[in-house]
Amino acid sequence: MMTSTSRKFLAAAAIGSAWLVSGCASTGGDPRDPIEGFNRAMFGFNEGLDKALIKPAAQAYDTVAPLPVRTGVSNAFSNVGDLWISLNNLFQGKPGQAASDLGRVLINSTVGILGLFDVATEMGLEKHDEDFGQTLGRWGVGDGAYVVLPFFGPRTVRDTFGLGADLYVDPVLNVDHVPSRNTLSAVRVVSDRASFLPADKVVREAALDKYDYVRDAYLQRRRSLIHDGNPPRERLGAAPAQDAGAEWSARVDPAHAGASLLLLGDSEPGQARTVEAGGASGSSSGSSGARVAAAPIR
Amino acid sequence: MRALILLFSVLAQSLAWSAALAAESPPDVLVRNVTNEVLTIVRQDRDLQAGSQKRAVELVEAKVLPHFDFAAMTALALGRDWRKATPAQQKQLTVEFRTLLVRTYSNALTAYKNQSVEFKPFRMHPGDTDVVVRSQVVQPGAKPVTIDYSLEKKAEGWKVYDVTVGGVSLVTNYRSNFAQEVRSGGIDGLIRTLQAKNRSLETAMLAGAIAK
Repeated sequence: MMTSTSRKFLAAAAIGSAWLVSGCASTGGDPRDPIEGFNRAMFGFNEGLDKALIKPAAQAYDTVAPLPVRTGVSNAFSNVGDLWISLNNLFQGKPGQAASDLGRVLINSTVGILGLFDVATEMGLEKHDEDFGQTLGRWGVGDGAYVVLPFFGPRTVRDTFGLGADLYVDPVLNVDHVPSRNTLSAVRVVSDRASFLPADKVVREAALDKYDYVRDAYLQRRRSLIHDGNPPRERLGAAPAQDAGAEWSARVDPAHAGASLLLLGDSEPGQARTVEAGGASGSSSGSSGARVAAAPIR
Repeated sequence: MRALILLFSVLAQSLAWSAALAAESPPDVLVRNVTNEVLTIVRQDRDLQAGSQKRAVELVEAKVLPHFDFAAMTALALGRDWRKATPAQQKQLTVEFRTLLVRTYSNALTAYKNQSVEFKPFRMHPGDTDVVVRSQVVQPGAKPVTIDYSLEKKAEGWKVYDVTVGGVSLVTNYRSNFAQEVRSGGIDGLIRTLQAKNRSLETAMLAGAIAK
């Protein structure tokens, strides 16, 4: 009873905060980020929390736990997530990948001793990265506004709904025994954070403005994931002097956005045909002339 | 003295060789050769494994940079603002952005541990002048990270104009930030911001080297 309530609360809180936030006043200049003021505040909050609590814990874990232990822990959580990944692949019309993910769960849970060893990868069943936000994206739901959620970090409105679903079915959050559930959740946060420690320095040194850098990286990465690593290319045969910025700043005509999303949803990655956005430069992409249309929800 | 002459002749030969390689190799072979060459050095270099950023920058400068087209990268990062810049400003922007990118790339190298790099099957049509070579870094106990290189055919051979890591372009990821800088301080404002960033990184690197 308790489990179900807190689970529903988490899922609802994630979605609710996105709605709440959507009503706030806008700031900044980027059309993908209409609530930049709020987002920057949340980003600051998350950074503070990370610096004070999560990063030190991850660093301690990284120092104390030997590599085989850390790998085992990360494998076990990864294994627990593979079933949901399999379902999402099925939702996205990729039965082959879904079957492969199911195979991973079966192999790693048995031969891999409760998921501690990722035997399946060594057997050639590659790990996939799927979640419900990506499934919604494949179904044609646009990004919506960029949102920085407390605790969870960068999302879009669509991915916030996806997160709600992901949390609702999350096996760790569905553990009935409350102390076990809390311990497992905490260990997972620390383990995940530890795997990102090497990236900290790269981002810190590369970014002129960390908020901008993380936002743009998140949006690019999600776009790539939705297309399984083969998003339609943005710059095609453009010489340096050509206007590489045109397609970026071009807005999708609302009248065509629906059509372009349908096309995106129906076709395979790499072949996604989209409506040529107004103002896009004349460079073509060979056969299909495809250009990405990331249509924001307004 | 003889050793010095020998060193120079070897250096000259290897330069001529890599130039010839760049001019003739198909893009996938070029990227694979450079990657393998760099990784072989990284595996053997103690300083690099100890995290020496200075050494990593030297390696990237010598082996990787000749195959990059930084003017194209800078233009891509600036988008439409590139044309607002005078040739002198474009040159300055390119110099500063190059310094920043080299450091990002070098940082990634010092983090290199037990990973191996795999290349995905590559197809191109005879007349293609703009291609993507896809690879992925495989590491034990973690999801593979994709690294895609976009190359354009120039008179002097294939040149990389974008590197995409895990779906994130190291170049276009700066676009909205650069646009913001140009809006608030003009092209010169962006140049100043880049210079300040590079100076602070330089100071931090020197401080780190002294601390060791």
